Amino acid sequence: MFAFILRRLGLLLPTFFGITLITFGLIRLIPGDPVEVMVGERTLDPQMHADAMHRLGLDKPLYLQYVDYLGNLASGNLGESLVTKESVWKEFATLFPATLELARMVMLFAAVFGLLAGVIAAIKRGSIFDHGVMGLALTGFSMPIFWWGLILIMFFSVKLGWTPVSGRLDLAFDIAPRTGFMLIDTWLAEAADPEINAGAFKDALMHLILPAIVLGTIPLAVIARMTRSSMLEVLREDYVRTARAKGLSPARVIFIHTLRNALIPVLTVMGLQVGTLMGGAVLTETIFSWPGIGKWLIDAISRRDYPVVQNGILMVATLVILVNFTVDILYGIANPRIRHAK
Amino acid sequence: MSLLQIKNLSVEFGSEKNPFRAVEGLDLTVDQGEIVGIVGESGSGKSVTMMAMMGLLEGQGRIVADKLEFDGKDLLTISARARRKIVGKDISMIFQDPMTALNPSFTVGYQIMEVLKLHQGLHGAALKQRALELMEMVEIPAAASRLAAYPHQLSGGMSQRVAIAMAIACNPKLLIADEPTTALDVTIQAQIMELLVSLQQSQNMALILITHDLAVVAEVAQRLAVMYAGQVAEMGKVPDIFRHPAHPYTEALLKSIPEHSKGAHRLSTLPGIVPGQYDRPSGCLLSPRCPYVQQRCRDERPELTPYPQGAVRCHFPLYDKESR
Repeated sequence: MFAFILRRLGLLLPTFFGITLITFGLIRLIPGDPVEVMVGERTLDPQMHADAMHRLGLDKPLYLQYVDYLGNLASGNLGESLVTKESVWKEFATLFPATLELARMVMLFAAVFGLLAGVIAAIKRGSIFDHGVMGLALTGFSMPIFWWGLILIMFFSVKLGWTPVSGRLDLAFDIAPRTGFMLIDTWLAEAADPEINAGAFKDALMHLILPAIVLGTIPLAVIARMTRSSMLEVLREDYVRTARAKGLSPARVIFIHTLRNALIPVLTVMGLQVGTLMGGAVLTETIFSWPGIGKWLIDAISRRDYPVVQNGILMVATLVILVNFTVDILYGIANPRIRHAK
Repeated sequence: MSLLQIKNLSVEFGSEKNPFRAVEGLDLTVDQGEIVGIVGESGSGKSVTMMAMMGLLEGQGRIVADKLEFDGKDLLTISARARRKIVGKDISMIFQDPMTALNPSFTVGYQIMEVLKLHQGLHGAALKQRALELMEMVEIPAAASRLAAYPHQLSGGMSQRVAIAMAIACNPKLLIADEPTTALDVTIQAQIMELLVSLQQSQNMALILITHDLAVVAEVAQRLAVMYAGQVAEMGKVPDIFRHPAHPYTEALLKSIPEHSKGAHRLSTLPGIVPGQYDRPSGCLLSPRCPYVQQRCRDERPELTPYPQGAVRCHFPLYDKESR
C-alpha cells in the first residue's frame, strides 16, 4: 500500500509543472495588461505605462518572468495581488472556506442522492422510477448552471420567499469568523449566545441550500447515472449469484456484495466531478454573490491580476489533483486487485 | 420420503404474451445421501431448474409446479425470508466458473465466515476456527495464511475449493454442483470430483451433479436424469441407462463419448441443434434430429412414461423393439 501511494505521488509532479505553465501562459494570452486595466478608458502616457510595467516586473522577457515565478513558488511565496497588494495566500485562505463549505455540501448532496437514486434505479430496472430518475438525470446533466440558478432564485427566493437570494448570512447577524465555515461558526455563536444569535444557524443553512442544489445538479446526475450502470453490470456478476445462494438478505447482497464493487468506477467519477465543481463554483458563486474563490478568480481575471490568477488557479488545480489522488488511494482500498498490482 | 421432490416444474422467461419455456414439466426426486447426475447440452435447462428451486432467478422467471418440496417444506409457497433460512444452509450450490464466483473485494476468509455468521451465529474465535477447519476439509494447503487472501490471488482450483468450503459450511443436506469442473484443468478436475464425492460421503449429503461429462456421471452417480430442451428425456439408475439407454437422445449422447468410438473412423454425432424459442417442433422436441423419427413423433408430444428400470419420454423407446 505504501509503495502504491509513492508511485501515485511520483506521477503528480509533472502534472503540477504543466499547470504552472498553462496558467502562466493563458493569462498572458488575454489582450491587455494590468496597468491598462487599472487606468481604464483614460489615455495612458507610454512612459508612465512602461514605468508601471517595470515596477511590476512585467517588462522582463517571458521566460525570465516564468523562472522568477517558479523560484517564488519553490520558496513558498505566492506573491501579492497587483490590485489590493494583499498576499495571495492570505486572500485565498480567507475566501476558500466559503467555497469549501459549498463544495462539501454539494458533494454530500450529490453523493447521497446520486448513489441512492442510482442503486434504486438499478434494482428496479425498467420501472417508472428508473425511467423517471434517468430522465431527470439527463435533464439535470444538460442544464446550464447560470440559467438553472436564476430559475431557482426566481421561484424559491423571489416568488415563494423560502430562501434568501444571495450571500452566506443575513446582515442582521454578527458572527465572529472562527473556522470560516459559516455553518460551524453560526452554530458555535448560537451555542455561546443563544439570545442574540438565535436562528443564525438556520439562516446560514438556508443560504447554502440553493447554491448547493444548483452546483450539485450536474454531479448528482452524473453519479446517479454512473451508479446505475455500474450496479447493473455488477448485478450480473457470478459472485452476486453466489451471494444470493448463500441465503444473504437482499440488502446485504445489494449494499455489501454489489455496491462495494459497483462503487469503484463511481469513485473515479466523483473525483473528476470535483474539477467540474470548481468550474461550476465560479458561475454559482457569481450568481449567488457567494464570497468564495470562484468569484475572486473571476474578478482577478477581469483585472488582469496576474499573481492572483496564476496562483489562485494553481491552488484550485492542486486541490483537484489532491482530491483525485485521494480517490486513487480509495480506489486501491476498494479494489484489492489494484492495490496488489505491481 | 425423498429429500427433494419436484413435480411438473415449468420455468418461463420473457413476456406473458410471448413466453419461452426454459424448463417444461420437469419431475425429479433426490433421496438423502444420494448422488444424482443431470446431463444435457447447454441450454437444456439443467441450471435453470436448480436456480428456480433455490429462488435464485430473482423474479426473472415465472415458476409453476405441482410440487416443489425440500425436506418437507413447500418451496412454492414459502416466504422469501424463510427460503433464505434454507438456502445456503440446507441447500447450497457451487457454480461453474470459480474465478468469477467469488467476490473480488473480500478476502476468502470473510466470504466463508459470512455464511457461518449468518446461518450458525458463530463469532469470534469459534468462527475463525470453523473457517480454518473448512479450509482444511477442502484440502487447501497453508489454510491459515490463505484466510486473508483475495480471490485474485488464488488459482482456479483453489477458488473452487473455497467455493466448496463455503457451500458445505453449514453441513447442507443437499449440495448442487453446477458443472463444478468444467472451467478447470483436467488434472484439477479429477481432484475436485474426488473431493466432492469424499465430502458427500463423509457428510452424508445428497449431491446433484449437473454436468455434460458422462464419464464423471458414470463414475460417481447412482441415478441420472438426461435433459433435452427443458424436458427430462430419460431417468433411471446409472448402470441401466449406460447399458440400455431407452431414449434415442441418451443413446446418441453415449455414442458421442470418444472412448466409445475407438477403432471407428469417425466420432458419432447427433446432427442439428437444440430447438430454440422460435423453432420448437409441435411434436417430440427431438423429432427433427432423431434417427428413428416416425410420423407420430412429428405430430404428438410424448409424455414421460415410467417403465420398470426408470422413465422415458419417447413414443418408441429403444427397449421396445416390437413397436418400431
